[in-house]
Amino acid sequence: MRLEPKPAPTLAVTLLYPLGAVAATLVITSLLVLVAGASPFSVFYLVAKGAAGSQFALLETLTRSTPLIFTGLAVAVAFRARLWNIGAEAQLYVGGIVTVVLGTGALPLPAFLLIPIIMVVAMAGGALMLLGPAVLKTRFGVDEVVTTLLLNFIVLLFVSMLLEGPLKDPMGLGWPQSSKVIAGAQLPRIIQGKRLHYGFVIAIVSALIVWVIMKKTTLGYEMRAVGHNPQAAGFAGIPVNRVLMKTALLSGGLAALAGFSEVSGLKGNLTLDLSPGYGYSGIVVAMLAMLNPVGVVVSAIFVAGIFVGADAMSRAAQVPSYIADVMVATALLTMVVAILMTRFRIRWK
Amino acid sequence: MDVVEILFTASFWVAAIRIASPLIFATMGELICERAGVLNLGIEGIMTAGAFAGWFTVYAGGDLWTGVAVAALAGAMFGLLHATLTVPLGLSQHVVGIGVTLLATSLTYFTYRLALPEVTSPPKIDAFQPLPIPGLSKIPVIGEALFAQTPLTYLAFVTVALVVWLLYRTPLGLAIRAAGENPSAVEAQGISVTAIRIGAVMAGSALMAIGGAFLTMSAFNSFFFGMINGRGWICIALVVFGSWRPGKALLGAILFAAFDAYQVRLQQITGGVVPYQIFLMMPYALSILALILVARRATYPKALMIPYQKGER
Repeated sequence: MRLEPKPAPTLAVTLLYPLGAVAATLVITSLLVLVAGASPFSVFYLVAKGAAGSQFALLETLTRSTPLIFTGLAVAVAFRARLWNIGAEAQLYVGGIVTVVLGTGALPLPAFLLIPIIMVVAMAGGALMLLGPAVLKTRFGVDEVVTTLLLNFIVLLFVSMLLEGPLKDPMGLGWPQSSKVIAGAQLPRIIQGKRLHYGFVIAIVSALIVWVIMKKTTLGYEMRAVGHNPQAAGFAGIPVNRVLMKTALLSGGLAALAGFSEVSGLKGNLTLDLSPGYGYSGIVVAMLAMLNPVGVVVSAIFVAGIFVGADAMSRAAQVPSYIADVMVATALLTMVVAILMTRFRIRWK
Repeated sequence: MDVVEILFTASFWVAAIRIASPLIFATMGELICERAGVLNLGIEGIMTAGAFAGWFTVYAGGDLWTGVAVAALAGAMFGLLHATLTVPLGLSQHVVGIGVTLLATSLTYFTYRLALPEVTSPPKIDAFQPLPIPGLSKIPVIGEALFAQTPLTYLAFVTVALVVWLLYRTPLGLAIRAAGENPSAVEAQGISVTAIRIGAVMAGSALMAIGGAFLTMSAFNSFFFGMINGRGWICIALVVFGSWRPGKALLGAILFAAFDAYQVRLQQITGGVVPYQIFLMMPYALSILALILVARRATYPKALMIPYQKGER
C-alpha cells in the first residue's frame, strides 16, 4: 500500500470530506447504540431534536458552543504553526481565575471599563500559561504536548487550592466555589431571560479577527510557513522561534477567553467543574474545521449540538450520554483520515 | 515521625514499589512504541480501558489472570487502531494519539454506564493479594518491599527483564530499534517497517493496558472515573527521563514512585500547614522538571514521529 499525492481539490470537494467524516462517525456510533439496545434512527433523531428542535434547544446549543469556539480557535491557531497546545483546559481555567480575582469587587468599575480590563488581563494570563511550554520547546527541546498536558493537572489543583483558600466563597456553605462576580463584570444576556450571552458574540468576532490574522497578515503567513516546514521557513529568513512565541501568546489568550466568558457570561463564579473538558474538545473542533477559524464556529456549534442533544436523548432513551464523547472522539479520527484523502490517493498493490 | 526516618521504614518502600508497578508496565509499553518510532499518546486512554476491562472481566465472573489477559487484548486493539492510522497512513501521531485517548476513555465510560446503569458506588472485586516469597520476604525492609507484593508487581519486574532481553538480545529487538532509528536499513534487510511498527505499538499498548489494570485489580479493587489521573502522561515523561532505555526507565519509575509515596507521608506530617494540593501537584511538576533536566542531552530515536513510506527518501 502506498500514498500518492493528488492535485488540490476544489472547494466543493474539500467541504464534502468533513461531511463524509461525520457520516462515517454516525455509522460507527450506530453500532454502539445497537449494542445499547436502542434504535439508531430514534436515538439520532432525539439527539438532533435535543440540539436544535426548539428555540430553547437551539439557544442552549449556541450557549454551549461559546467556550468551544474559543478553545477551538486556540487549538487551530497553535496547530497551524505545529505548536501542539493540548493545554487549552489549563489556559481556560487561568481565564476563569483572572475573571474572579478582578471581577468580585477588587476593581469597582462600570462594565464598559471593567469587562475590557478583565478580558485583556485574562488573555495575558492564558498567553503566559502557554509561553512557558513554548519557551521550553524552543530553548530546551522539551516536547510541548507533555508539558501542556501535565500543566492541565497542575492548574486544576491550583484552582482547587484557591477555591478552598483565598478565593473561597464565605457564603458558599463549604462548597469549593468562589464568590459571584459583581454586576459590572457580567456579560449581558443577548435575549432577556435566556442563557445565551454576549460571550457568543465576542467568540464570533474573535473568529473573524483570527481569520484576518491568519489570511491577511505577515504573522499569519509566517505561522503557516513554520507549520508547513520549520526548516524551510528558517532558511527563508522567518524567525521560527519568535513566530512560535507569538503563536503561543495568541493561542493561550484565546483559550483564556473561554474561561472568562463562561464565568462572566454564564456561571457567575469559578468552580472546579467550570469546564467539562472544553480544552480537549477544542482539539476536535479545530480538526473538524480543518484549522480554519471561520470553520471553527460551524464545527463548535456542531460539537456543542452533539453534547446538548445527547443529554436530552439520554433522558428519553436508555443510552448513556457518554455516547456524545464517543461520537466526538470518533469524528476526530475519521476527520484526520478524511483530510488525508483530500491530499493523497491510497494505492493498493 | 521524622522526615528522614520515613525513608528507612518498610511500609514506605512497600508503597513506593506498589505505586511504581503500573508506571513500570505503561512506561515499558510506551518505550517499545517509541523505540520503533511511534509516539503513542493514546496511553492515557488505553490505561483507562485496561483498568476497566480487567476489573469488569473479574466482576463478571472471570478469574484474575483472565482479567489481565482481557485488559491486554483491549489495549492491543486500541494499539491496532493507533498503528493503522499512524503507520501505513502516516497521520500525525500527536492528533491520532489524543484521538485514541479521547475514544478509549469515552468508550470505557460509555460501557461502564451501560453495564452498570444503576450503581452509585462502583462494586468491588477480590483483587490480587500479596504473595510473599518464602525466605526472601524475610529480609528487613528490602525483602518486604520487593518480595511481599502481589503477583502483578512481580510481573512488572519480569516485564522489564523481558523487554531488555527482547530489545538487546534478539534479532526482532534489533529490527524494532532500527525501525526507530533508520527504517530504510530495516527495509533493506527485507523486513517490513510497517509490520514491525504495528506489532510494537500493539504490544506496547497491551502493556499500557495491564498497567491500568494493575490499579483496579491490585492497588485497588474497583473502577473509578478519572482514576488514571495523568499517569499515562507521566509515563511519557519517564520514557524521556530514562533516555529510551528500559533499565534507566525502571529506575526513573521507582524514583518517581518513591517521591510520590514520600509526599503522601510528608503531607500527613505537615498536617494542614501547607495546602494538600501543593503535594498533589508535585508528581506532575516533577515530571516537567525531569523533562527539562534531560532535554539537552536527550537522544531521541532518530525516526521518532517520522512516518515511513517504502521507497521514499
